[in-house]
Amino acid sequence: MTTIFKNRLFWPALILVVMLGINAFTSNQFITIKDGHLFGSLIDILRGSAPLILVALGMTLVIATGGIDLSVGSVMAISGAVACLLISDLDNQNSLSGVFIAIGAAILVSLAAGLWNGTLVAVVGIQPIIATLILMVAGRGLAQLFTEGQIINVQSGPYSALASGFFLTLPIALLIAAAAVGLTVLLTRRTALGLLLESVGGSPTASRLAGIGARRITIMTYVVAGAFAGLAGLIASADIKSADSISAGNLIELDAILAVVIGGTALIGGRFSIIGTVLGAVIIQTLRVTVVAIGIPAEANLLFKSVVVVALCLSQSPEFRAKVFGRFKSRPAAEKVGVPA
Amino acid sequence: MTTTDMTPVTKGGEGPELNKRRRVYKPNTKYVPILATLFLLIVMYSSGVANYRNFDDPSVIVNLFRDNAVLLVVAVGMTFVILTGGIDLSVGAVISLTTILTATLLKADWPPLVVLPAVLLLGALIGAGQGAVIHFFKVEPFIATLAGLFLARGAALTINDESVPIRDDMWREISDYRIVLADGVVTKPIAIIAVLAVLVAAAVLAWTRFGRNVYAIGGNSDSALLMGLPVGRTKIAVYTLSGFCAALGGVLFSINSTSGWALQGNGMELDAIAACVIGGVLLTGGSGFVWGTLLGVLVTGLIRTIINFQGDLNAAWSRIIIGVLLFAFIVMQRLVTRKAK
Repeated sequence: MTTIFKNRLFWPALILVVMLGINAFTSNQFITIKDGHLFGSLIDILRGSAPLILVALGMTLVIATGGIDLSVGSVMAISGAVACLLISDLDNQNSLSGVFIAIGAAILVSLAAGLWNGTLVAVVGIQPIIATLILMVAGRGLAQLFTEGQIINVQSGPYSALASGFFLTLPIALLIAAAAVGLTVLLTRRTALGLLLESVGGSPTASRLAGIGARRITIMTYVVAGAFAGLAGLIASADIKSADSISAGNLIELDAILAVVIGGTALIGGRFSIIGTVLGAVIIQTLRVTVVAIGIPAEANLLFKSVVVVALCLSQSPEFRAKVFGRFKSRPAAEKVGVPA
Repeated sequence: MTTTDMTPVTKGGEGPELNKRRRVYKPNTKYVPILATLFLLIVMYSSGVANYRNFDDPSVIVNLFRDNAVLLVVAVGMTFVILTGGIDLSVGAVISLTTILTATLLKADWPPLVVLPAVLLLGALIGAGQGAVIHFFKVEPFIATLAGLFLARGAALTINDESVPIRDDMWREISDYRIVLADGVVTKPIAIIAVLAVLVAAAVLAWTRFGRNVYAIGGNSDSALLMGLPVGRTKIAVYTLSGFCAALGGVLFSINSTSGWALQGNGMELDAIAACVIGGVLLTGGSGFVWGTLLGVLVTGLIRTIINFQGDLNAAWSRIIIGVLLFAFIVMQRLVTRKAK
């Protein structure tokens, strides 16, 4: 029982459950089956959190190596712009092959963006926060250039299915995110890759001396982060059926980093939790939905968010727990100190 | 104390017998990044002079200080935080909270001499609160100040989400006041305040016990603690200082634009961090100077000036050019620093 309480993710999970409970009470349909697929506010939350899960997933890997990627929002804007541009040029916007080519091109561009970041960090040796700041500034300019400063609307059934379609009663966006999470967990926890990532994050020099290709692994994490951000950009732009190069993915890097930290990954690198990150991303999206559901005015939205963030971070801080909860059970705590020592 | 302080003593010892003939000027390693920045700044300025008419007018340089006064003040506060190994993301939001609060209070006919200290105190208090959470509860600075960002911007939006004009006489007078430096070279009081802030900060860092503590904590927080330095007090003090500088920046902003707006200073935190890093302040802490930050601010300002002189760029292209120039600058700085070592 105490191990459950001691788990870092216990309090975030509890907060999530409470918020979902609030949603279950305020919305008239929490989860039902309609038109042959699942429907309701729970499904909406999960579907809406898909882009943030994807971005935060890539961010987790980058942070695990001790880096940070500020450019994810701009990469989202670029990938949405590329896809919508190619689709809007199609004769038949509903053609499946055309949409697939557009998606492929967008992912390729995102991979290139990630490769650029990775090269700057690992080969040129620029501090990650500045290296990715360059693409964060210039990338949105590129996206604006692609769309010529306008919002490109598309009327493509297959493309919008990315965000609003259903497969096997579940939203396709959620399935994409789940597949990405599954694949990442498999690769990092069932192979040595996760260990290598953590060792690079712990000390790049030491891991290079131990025979690990630290440079290659660092580049790879940025490439993966770019690809996931590109995928998130596609889902986000399919959701609004258009490419908005100015607001797409705006400030998502902060939300993604927040999700990563809520999930228990240290920003200094060397340790990461993918399940924690997913939990963090879902919490942030639930928070966004809950604020609307309980009728908090839009201006106070950020205030509410800051309160939850502070509560979450304090609940995970061992020092805070010791100060607050230590008072209630000072004696058993004193006994326990003796046992492991 | 820090490793950078040791180098001058041990440096000159072994060189002379090995190669007497090659007596190339080798600057102290701790000054290499700042000299590289200075050198590249001069290169950039000269290319501006070569390419654009009237670029050699002294008012171009003087206007750099006027146009970047807010960024300069904020970046000076950020330098202290980064030197201790922390980061402060809340500065942009504190600026917006200060401007909107100043405008609202002045509109409600509060005396300006009460408003000014009140908003400065509020900024310092926000900073102190963040510092306390970071120190006492060991929350990561990135997250604690991100919560501060949400809090301050949320509060600003709750006060008023529209732009509020300032009609107060004192604000107007300071805003309209011009200082004639030479024939045809005019500047504003806010530039003088910004320069004063740099001078005071440089003196504090170089010559006071507090300044030495800041470097010691950034070098290694644990050994600073073992040496008996007041780690907690200093950490809280640097965040307080950063909050105060951000509030001062907000006041300068409100003087310059004679208005307050809750979205003022959006993204300023990244500009400030970029300025510090360009100026050679290491994000890991313990190494860097306020002079470097000054040069970093001038670099970003000069990039913008060049864009203005170019004149025919749209929003997309100017973003891209800013990114490209930033990239070119950082890579060159990296090469220069690497060679010197």
